[in-house]
Amino acid sequence: MNELYSFIRDIVLPPLLEGTLVTLQLIVLSIPLGFILGILIAVGRVYGNKIISFFCTIYVLFFRGTPLLVQLFILYYGLPSVGIFFSPFVAAVLGFILCSSAYHSEYIRGAIQSIKSGQMMAAEALGMSRNQAILYVILPQALRRAIPGCSNEIIYLVKYSSLAFMVTCVELTGAGKIIASRYFEYTLVFAVVGAIYLLMVSVITKVLNTLEKKLEIPGIG
Amino acid sequence: MPKDETNEVVLKVEEIYKNYKGKEVLKGISFEVRKGEVKVIIGPSGTGKSTLLRCLNLLTVPDKGRVYLEGEEITHAKKNIHQFRQKIGMVFQDFNLFDHLTALGNVEIGLTRVKKMEREKAREKAQEELRRVGLEEQANLYPAQLSGGQKQRVSIARTLAMDPKVILFDEPTSALDPELIGEVLEVIKNLALQGMTMVLVTHEMGFARSVANEIIFMEEGKILESGPPAQLFSNPKYERTRQFLHKITELYGE
Ligand SMILES: Nc1ncnc2c1ncn2[C@@H]1O[C@H](COP(=O)(O)OP(=O)(O)O)[C@@H](O)[C@H]1O
Ligand SMILES: [Mg+2]
Repeated sequence: MNELYSFIRDIVLPPLLEGTLVTLQLIVLSIPLGFILGILIAVGRVYGNKIISFFCTIYVLFFRGTPLLVQLFILYYGLPSVGIFFSPFVAAVLGFILCSSAYHSEYIRGAIQSIKSGQMMAAEALGMSRNQAILYVILPQALRRAIPGCSNEIIYLVKYSSLAFMVTCVELTGAGKIIASRYFEYTLVFAVVGAIYLLMVSVITKVLNTLEKKLEIPGIG
Repeated sequence: MPKDETNEVVLKVEEIYKNYKGKEVLKGISFEVRKGEVKVIIGPSGTGKSTLLRCLNLLTVPDKGRVYLEGEEITHAKKNIHQFRQKIGMVFQDFNLFDHLTALGNVEIGLTRVKKMEREKAREKAQEELRRVGLEEQANLYPAQLSGGQKQRVSIARTLAMDPKVILFDEPTSALDPELIGEVLEVIKNLALQGMTMVLVTHEMGFARSVANEIIFMEEGKILESGPPAQLFSNPKYERTRQFLHKITELYGE
């Protein structure tokens, strides 16, 4: 028992914690940037002119319609052939931002479209430009309504960040794979890896729930 | 009723036409509103009253015709139209309060975001406007926590805060329970007494009679007739006007 404990503490945990640090960096960058890009795509789809709206629709179609792994391969292995090189980490972060923004944008678009047209009308009647109305009236309501969907997407992102390993970015899962195959201890190592993901997801869920409560307004949601 | 009847024309509408998918909804509407004047528009439902009001601040763009605000044509303002809209208040049948803001926030937002007023000043003015409609106590409540009558009074305060040259009311009491209508009408009546220029669509005939300088009877996208309330009510030119007034009085009472 003591042996197992020190094996975990001295051999397994250090590389896993390093991997966790990379995973955290991946998601800390991808979550907010993916969300913000998602807002822009959603607004572009609903309020943009024909060209912008069309572009945003194609964007969402592409990033929701193709496997994330394929997107990552294109970013990391494909783009160098046209002279664009990304480090594994950057390729992974870019892939996560692009992909998650497509999903966020769908939740946000749905929320925008669920807001009664009278809100926009009242804002414009007050003298707001279309952009002001979107910024000060539509989005504050729509984003609140989109929180549950977007929270889901964020949780998914934590887990699909493990795909970064497929473009050689050694994050938590990758670190687990390396240490597990070295000592041939798959069950043990991946039990620990799983526990770490669970912990991260729990914390993020808690944060998101708190945020949702904090932003709650009577009559919206 | 004492009125500041100067000759200054605030709003002038010339030959407005509007069709939706080939269906002609407005067929050449013209009228003027002078400073301090209250114009009441009445007419059967589906006649184009709401469409007309929306054409006045270009929320709906008319196919033909012109709208002038204080002598300046706004019909082709295009990108600058939102600057003119500040000066034209609008109160909606279903309030359209911003659901994510408190009563105070609703009144404040036009001041801070549109007029770029300082926060402190905006807050003071917003509180003042809420007091004017008797809702200073409710300043921190959200729309979902207000009664229909209170919501409509907040929406009136929101419009008043912008110091508009004219306010357009589209059936401001039609979505209200009967017992809440009075409080809203009283606020509007006070505005009339204070000399606010207004265009008002309503089915409240007793009210129309008491505040209107002129009543416009619209039917099928046209103005059938118009005149001072006393004349229109007791001696209308057209049989259709008489029938409508009769029916509406039966339906809604005086
Ligand atoms: N946005 C719109 N699109 C299509 N038809 C409309 C629109 N707004 C109003 N209409 C039509 O125009 C006519 C007049 O409507 P409205 O102005 O609301 O009348 P009122 O306010 O007098 O009841 C109705 O037949 C209505 O269906
Ligand atoms: Mg109407």
